[in-house]
Amino acid sequence: MEKIFAGILGMGHYLPDKVLTNYDLEKMVDTNNDWIVERTGIKSRHIAAPEQATSDLAFIAAERALKDAGIDGKDIECVIVATESPDTKFPSTACLLQDKIGAKNAAAFDLSAGCSGFVYALAVANTMIVSGLYKHILVVGAETLSRIMNWQDRNTCVLFGDGAGAAVVGQVEDGYGILSIDMGADGSGGQFLSQPAGGSRKPASHETVDAGEHFIHMDGSEVFKFAVKIMGRTAENAMKKAGLNTEEIDLLIPHQANIRIINSAAKRLGISMDKVFVNVDKYGNTSAASIPIAICEAREQGLLEKGKTVILAGFGAGLTWASIALKWSK
Amino acid sequence: MTTFEKVRDITVEQLSVDADEVKMESTFIDDLGADSLDIVELIMAFEEEFNVEIPDEVAEKIRTVKDAVELLDK
Repeated sequence: MEKIFAGILGMGHYLPDKVLTNYDLEKMVDTNNDWIVERTGIKSRHIAAPEQATSDLAFIAAERALKDAGIDGKDIECVIVATESPDTKFPSTACLLQDKIGAKNAAAFDLSAGCSGFVYALAVANTMIVSGLYKHILVVGAETLSRIMNWQDRNTCVLFGDGAGAAVVGQVEDGYGILSIDMGADGSGGQFLSQPAGGSRKPASHETVDAGEHFIHMDGSEVFKFAVKIMGRTAENAMKKAGLNTEEIDLLIPHQANIRIINSAAKRLGISMDKVFVNVDKYGNTSAASIPIAICEAREQGLLEKGKTVILAGFGAGLTWASIALKWSK
Repeated sequence: MTTFEKVRDITVEQLSVDADEVKMESTFIDDLGADSLDIVELIMAFEEEFNVEIPDEVAEKIRTVKDAVELLDK
């Protein structure tokens, strides 16, 4: 059987209109702009309007991706939404999105892998394409983390933002597209980044609400330590599996959580910061949406011409990590 | 290289300070301008250089260069 190469046929992203700056946050919690910028590199983040849920953000990004790929919703055979803030536990956000885009012929499911979710989903889609199962898959990373944020907790509420990014995945020219995948998980660190209640362990009750257990909980220093260690390592693994060395990388698109983590990973990889895409300053950490939004913006800035070699590298709740080496095919 | 010299070099690299600023009695945070994230990176760099694991409860007690040197000498 001939080898099929899978890659990105079209992309789109969406950020809600409302911008929340560090100065706005200064009025809400005991924090200040300098502290946030110094520790995280974040200056602002976008927040979904009250009537917008995750599938609404995903829908706009998906429509743009379909248009970019020149593909109709009914030609999509599978919809995968990576999210930690679905509209509802069930039905899945992917099913809601499948309906909105009229993807009548598609299977649909959500994927939970924290901020690594989009890269995980891209890896799943890759497998479905190269195996010949499907021809066109819609992969989305979408979040409205503002809904599960404790706006009184200055350690977390300054970090995250809302947004969505989508990619249509399908067959590309031989030698292009996804070249290698590195994925992993360490469940022993799961408690460091979690939403403790609302599942079968701690169903929603007055007590869980009063205790704030439906909000994101994070042990910042543990997550930082994990992230700094793993980001460089997983990117390096993806490079090795693709037979690439650092000099051959045109662009590293890391998960946009914190500029300090990105700087540290770049240093460990020996890759100069002018080859590292950064937009965490504008959007904060949009979790599963961060990497697809970053890819879209890198492309808008002319950094992604056909043939460019790109590494996508993510890490997140789970704990999980995932990297993909990609030869841009569009 | 002595342990102090190794600790000094890592500190210079991680915190972008001059080598002669790093003295045994220097505190990482007040004298050398480190913040909590720098401390995490410093500890990780020490762990890698000296091939040891520094548990969090021990790491939390490291305030000065001397604290780090004494711990890593053990």
